[in-house]
Amino acid sequence: MIEFSNYDILRNLLFATQWTILLSLAAFIGGTTVALTLTAMRLTRNPAMQRIVKIYVELFQGTPLLMQMFLCFFGLSMLGYEISAWGAAILSLTFFTSAFLVEIWRGCIDTLPKGQWEASRCLGLSFLQTLRFIILPQAIRVATAPTVGFSVQVIKGTALASVIGFVELTKVGTMLNNATFEPFKIFTLVALIYFMLCYPLSLYSKHLEKKFNVSR
Amino acid sequence: MSLVNLHQVHKYYGDHHVLKGIDLVIKAGEVVSIIGKSGSGKSTLLRCINGLEQYQEGGITVDGKEVTTEDIQVRRLALSVGMIFQNFNLFPHMTVGENVMLAPTIVLKKSKAEAEATARAMLEKVGLAEKFDSYPEKLSGGQQQRVAIARALAMSPKVLLCDEITSALDPELVGEVLKVLEQLAKEGITLVLVTHEMNFARDVGSRVVFMHQGKVWEQGDPKTVLSNPQTDELKQFMGAVL
Amino acid sequence: MLYFSDLLQYSDVFFSGLKTTVELTVLTTILGVALGTVCATVRQYGNRASQHVVSVYVELIRNTPFIVQLFFIFFGLPAIGMMLSPWQASMIALTINLGAYSTEIIRAGLASISKGQVEAAKVLGLNFRQTLTRVIFIPAFEKIYPALTSQCIIVMLGSAVISQISVQDLTYAANLVQSRNFRAFESYLVTALLYLGLSILLRFAFNALGKRLFAYRTSN
Ligand SMILES: Nc1ncnc2c1ncn2[C@@H]1O[C@H](COP(=O)(O)OP(=O)(O)OP(=O)(O)O)[C@@H](O)[C@H]1O
Ligand SMILES: [Mg+2]
Repeated sequence: MIEFSNYDILRNLLFATQWTILLSLAAFIGGTTVALTLTAMRLTRNPAMQRIVKIYVELFQGTPLLMQMFLCFFGLSMLGYEISAWGAAILSLTFFTSAFLVEIWRGCIDTLPKGQWEASRCLGLSFLQTLRFIILPQAIRVATAPTVGFSVQVIKGTALASVIGFVELTKVGTMLNNATFEPFKIFTLVALIYFMLCYPLSLYSKHLEKKFNVSR
Repeated sequence: MSLVNLHQVHKYYGDHHVLKGIDLVIKAGEVVSIIGKSGSGKSTLLRCINGLEQYQEGGITVDGKEVTTEDIQVRRLALSVGMIFQNFNLFPHMTVGENVMLAPTIVLKKSKAEAEATARAMLEKVGLAEKFDSYPEKLSGGQQQRVAIARALAMSPKVLLCDEITSALDPELVGEVLKVLEQLAKEGITLVLVTHEMNFARDVGSRVVFMHQGKVWEQGDPKTVLSNPQTDELKQFMGAVL
Repeated sequence: MLYFSDLLQYSDVFFSGLKTTVELTVLTTILGVALGTVCATVRQYGNRASQHVVSVYVELIRNTPFIVQLFFIFFGLPAIGMMLSPWQASMIALTINLGAYSTEIIRAGLASISKGQVEAAKVLGLNFRQTLTRVIFIPAFEKIYPALTSQCIIVMLGSAVISQISVQDLTYAANLVQSRNFRAFESYLVTALLYLGLSILLRFAFNALGKRLFAYRTSN
């Protein structure tokens, strides 16, 4: 058996944290991209499009993220599409993130007074112009705080990638635990690292929310 | 015999000196109208009388008992001092009847039947007997305020404090609430009300107290005080109101 | 090609997994919301020190992944002498997790109750406990009921992770079945649909309960 000093443990965990961060970033970028598309689809006011978005949200908010990962990982390879744990994790986290973000953003757009749409149409702005110059600038201001807040859920969501074997912080934690039999220490450290990643974002989100509430 | 007795009451919010030595004696059966500019300390005075706010100097007694904000005291005071708010503050999740019965059952420990009988009687008095099973949000502002009066009366208070209880009402609803107050005054209930209704103060009140900058500036018989103000401040105030 | 027919023979495996998931969900929803109610009350009305304790608890839980909380409780606590069965560890972890989120949600509900309501109760002579239970709680819960029930459903879905410490829940059943018949996609798809059904069912149940709890909104 190899001896792990505290230094070794920490070094390994911090190294793995890089993968957690990378996976979070990829999922967040993927998630926002898809969520933007879905939001645009919803704003078209086309009933069929809106239905698709609704079902999408229902499916991915109504099933466990872990199950989505299993389906992406084992399921797809079963069907003949080879996919790495990394790919499956990004794919499922993208579904998960976008399904929640599109709902969060809908809430934000809905808080804008209806008069804004009507006033813009009366001024002769087209749908896209209204969106681009009137709705989006306001919606972005409202949406920033909850979006930053949700990024915490994304980071925490990446921990599930450990279950399909992607080697990130939680996975290295369990591996170190198996090697050292010091679960209390290891999982305390793992939790602390997650906390240090997430808590600043939580604080920042709260700060943004306060700033926004004051300024309006 | 004096029912409410204030002696040199001082009240500060931080550095802000809000009540500057209030002396006031209210006898049983009196109807005292407190008037004055916004910020002169009228609400604060009422809130000190029922123990919602702590005063820093002087003394207040109600029915011979010292007033403090200690929770137990507030609760005992609740038995002798009723209060009605500008915004009614009915409990939205209870029916009108439940609103009125709540305190008698859980504070006075009356039986349900007894509390219900009282509640129905009080609602009858304010003209809302038929609303016993309605929820507050289904009532007009005037009706809600009358329920609030019934709720306070159900505790058979010795004195009823009213803080601008018609100010949140549409003009056409003010009358029905004032009529109830007038009825109560006739029955001999002691009323202390902060009000902008000068006609009510003149016709129903037994005394007017004009407050200015945290002091009792002028007081006396309503007809004399209101038609013949002695101080410039009251003259000015009357000018602004009329 | 997809084959679902041979999943039928495993229906009792799925069923027993479903039962475990439902049982744990019901139990931890009740316990978690109760814990959240107590903590939110302390957070809103308690003294400085106890407010801080609650804040630390809430922030620690909200800013770490559930799976790490679960591992900490299941693997970590025995190391300092607290032996727990997988089921017990899961129940504790889920309760603590939901407790933290519901603390935040319920506190927002408590904060939404106007000072006037509390003062009205006070001048009627109600003590603090009576004011809380009779005057504050119902309107406060009504305000945040949708957020609270969504969170309960999120925690239910999150419970899939407890299969990792071999609690025989619905996800465990899916893993078991796919390891026997090697039809991972079908097995997980069926399981995902069962979860979906469960979350829809829960939402219906919560709505029905809400209609009863907050009946005053709709009646005469
Ligand atoms: N909770 C508080 N904290 C700090 N200052 C307060 C508070 N409540 C009242 N004040 C201040 O005390 C003074 C008196 O307020 P009060 O509400 O008694 O006036 P009022 O005569 O009732 O006025 P209005 O006619 O507007 O109701 C005001 O200057 C007010 O700003
Ligand atoms: Mg006032």
